[in-house]
Amino acid sequence: MAATTTKARFARYKNLEFILGAVLTGGICFLVVFSDLLFPGGAEKIDLAARLMAPFAHADHIFGTDPLGRDVLARVVSGGKISLQVGVLSVAGAVVIGVIMGLVSGYYRGFWDMIVMRFADVQLALPFILLAITFIAIVGGGLTNMIILLIISQWVQYARLVRGSVLSLRDREFIQSAKAIGVRDIHILFRHLLPNLIGPVIVLMTLNVANNILLESSLTFLGLGVDPLIPSWGGMLADGRTYLQNAWWVSVFPGLAILLTVLGLNLLGDWLRDSLDPTGRTSK
Amino acid sequence: MTDAVSTPILSVEDLSVEFGDTRVVENLSFAVKPGRTLAIVGESGSGKSVTSMSIMRLADMMGASYASGAIRFTPDDRKDDLLTLTQKQMRNIRGKDIAMIFQEPMTSLNPVFTIGDQIAESLILHEGMPKSDARAESKRLLDMVRLPDAQELLDRYPHQLSGGMRQRVMIAMALACRPKVLIADEPTTALDVTIQAQILTIIRDLQKELGMAVIFITHDMGVVAEIADDVVVMWKGKKVEEGTVADIFAHPAHPYTQTLLSAVPKLGSMTGEVFPKRFPVTVMDGETPCVVGAEHIQNTARYDEAPLLSVRDLVTRFDIKKGLFGGVSHRVHAVENVSFDIYRGETLALVGESGSGKSTIGRTIQQLQKATAGNISFDGRPFATMGKVEQRRLCQEIQYIFQDPFASLDPRKKIGFSIAEPIRTHRLIEGDKQITARVDQLLERVGLISAHADRYPHEFSGGQRQRICIARALASNPKLIIADEALSALDVSIQAQIINLFMELQEEHGLAYLFISHDMAVVEKMSHRVAVLYLGQVAEIGTRQQVLETPGHPYTQRLLSAVPVADPTFVRDRVLMDGEIPSPIRRVGDEPAILAHREIAPGHFVADAR
Repeated sequence: MAATTTKARFARYKNLEFILGAVLTGGICFLVVFSDLLFPGGAEKIDLAARLMAPFAHADHIFGTDPLGRDVLARVVSGGKISLQVGVLSVAGAVVIGVIMGLVSGYYRGFWDMIVMRFADVQLALPFILLAITFIAIVGGGLTNMIILLIISQWVQYARLVRGSVLSLRDREFIQSAKAIGVRDIHILFRHLLPNLIGPVIVLMTLNVANNILLESSLTFLGLGVDPLIPSWGGMLADGRTYLQNAWWVSVFPGLAILLTVLGLNLLGDWLRDSLDPTGRTSK
Repeated sequence: MTDAVSTPILSVEDLSVEFGDTRVVENLSFAVKPGRTLAIVGESGSGKSVTSMSIMRLADMMGASYASGAIRFTPDDRKDDLLTLTQKQMRNIRGKDIAMIFQEPMTSLNPVFTIGDQIAESLILHEGMPKSDARAESKRLLDMVRLPDAQELLDRYPHQLSGGMRQRVMIAMALACRPKVLIADEPTTALDVTIQAQILTIIRDLQKELGMAVIFITHDMGVVAEIADDVVVMWKGKKVEEGTVADIFAHPAHPYTQTLLSAVPKLGSMTGEVFPKRFPVTVMDGETPCVVGAEHIQNTARYDEAPLLSVRDLVTRFDIKKGLFGGVSHRVHAVENVSFDIYRGETLALVGESGSGKSTIGRTIQQLQKATAGNISFDGRPFATMGKVEQRRLCQEIQYIFQDPFASLDPRKKIGFSIAEPIRTHRLIEGDKQITARVDQLLERVGLISAHADRYPHEFSGGQRQRICIARALASNPKLIIADEALSALDVSIQAQIINLFMELQEEHGLAYLFISHDMAVVEKMSHRVAVLYLGQVAEIGTRQQVLETPGHPYTQRLLSAVPVADPTFVRDRVLMDGEIPSPIRRVGDEPAILAHREIAPGHFVADAR
């Protein structure tokens, strides 16, 4: 029984959330996609004469330069290519596999549920680094393989989350009544169950995007990821750590890029979750 | 203890409660004296629960603000206005001076503590009793609410108790500190009638013993007539009428009270009628009542044709409690050897209390549940010989309406989608335009408007949602509708309208209903034949007149006598059921005895009493 004024205030906040989220995410995506046009060859150009220049001091290097004299702004913008690909594609892949597995095993229970969930348990018991080293040793490094590795290690989270929600939803009367009407299972799964459990999945997705951007850098640091010469946000963050005391800008700007991306995605995710819920009761 | 001179212990004066800008209680005043029971009656949304939560100052936590008024609590020599006290001061009053019993006994006990610990808690807290004394006192309290084996119960956990036992534990807890005022918020609504009768007796007896003032909040006029001394009728947040129980029932002054009383189904009102009957319903149109519909005899059953549905020796059991090596050690014997027929245009009521297996029968017919043994045939075709395609066709011809209209519609789908779903699933109509037209037509048939198709379920009231569920069931042109407690979540005035809607549709479409209910008065109004279930078996089956007017089985008689009568002058000669309904859970190998049936009149079968 919310009063009209608080409702209106809430709606205004929701709009603001969407605008901010869209501007942040859209802006960053735009910069990253058109980085080659904006900074042609700028990310790799080494200029040892201009090492560790402070930011906002020189018009050519607004964000300053790194220890090899490369422009930090150009590197941040083009580094987003790897980071965003890893972050978005790995999460998208894990969501698709995890949600389908979770829906199926939660709804049908029985034999397949047991197989999938025991497999998930085994997977959760394996330390991530061990899994990563084994996987990369067998199939080799590179962007695609790293994304596959992240999907393999993370679909379990979604499967568990979705299965839990399905277990509580499947005995609710509206699912029972859909069954009683004779609705096909595939429609029950995707038209009735999925929309009712998507909220927490969206939240987990936005959290995992940030997580995976950072994971990419640790894998690269261990030599398990992409070519360390190709810039990425996580990699730059790690490189700049040694210079943090006298050249903070080398790691702070890629860090800010990650922060703004994640903030933008979180705002969008939150807005999406609430606008998918017609009752508007999720947050207060 | 009916000395009218004694001063009230609790008086609410000019109380207004607001949530944000919405005023839910407006200028409400009433008073309750020690030893008297005041019933606050109203339908959902009338503000009766908010009133009780405001007295306890629990409404604060839900975001309520008090726009005006005072709640004077005057025990002994104290004179407190509860609205001006701090939450800290209120904590000393709650549970000690004013205690409360809630509706849902399943959720108001903490599942991880024993019964003994939970009762002792308030004694230790408020009375500062040492632990051993508190335990002894807890036992005395459990004895007081007539729970058998109180000593043993102290160490049990809530899930080991039935609903009725839990509600008695709740009463024991509420009475632990000998409160001056007891607030009971729909304490019997979630219970079976026989258990409800027990609980009401206990509350009344304890009130006499302890001289408490009781505020009893309910929507059930039958319960009011049983228990109340004084009545306050609430409507849309306002008090519309106040008086002694005899006055209110004999001469209701306000039109709303008149409507409310006329809508209450009264058991025995149809004595002598062969067929069920539609009655005109009085509804509130703004401030004035108006009468809708006309009296009409419901002679729709086609006994001359072969039965539409016939169930023979149906058995449904669930395995529970696995042994160490995965073997089944216990089973729920939900349905045991049940047989009955339903004819076209006929309403068969399945009556019984929780655990009697009535819902399981419905779910088995709807194929939501697999039968363990027995035969069901629909329209002459046995289920067992049906292929996949025919089984799906059954989902079209048999429709199920669930009890809770709030839970049976997908909250994320528009009403239009939900109603069109059976049409699309069974490809009954092709083309989006035609489907939309059909949905509009269905909505209008059940008394809604076509614009409603674009709204979501949470925008509707309970009665409207049940209408939507009916429209959805009608969408697939069914021959049989299974209504599983479809009316029990609704207010009485809405209930009366939905009953008429059900009966009109039966006449229009020749529908057969399997009407599953625990409410004898509604069953009497609606059904052609009645089957009484007890522990998964048919105790008695026959025409409505046979079963309700000349009940042959002792269980039927007890069930009928436990129904509250909405007439305060009625003096009951009640055969109270002691204890609980036995559990249908049995050890493997310990099969229940199958009861034999005798035909005491043509078509009237009664099981041998055990």
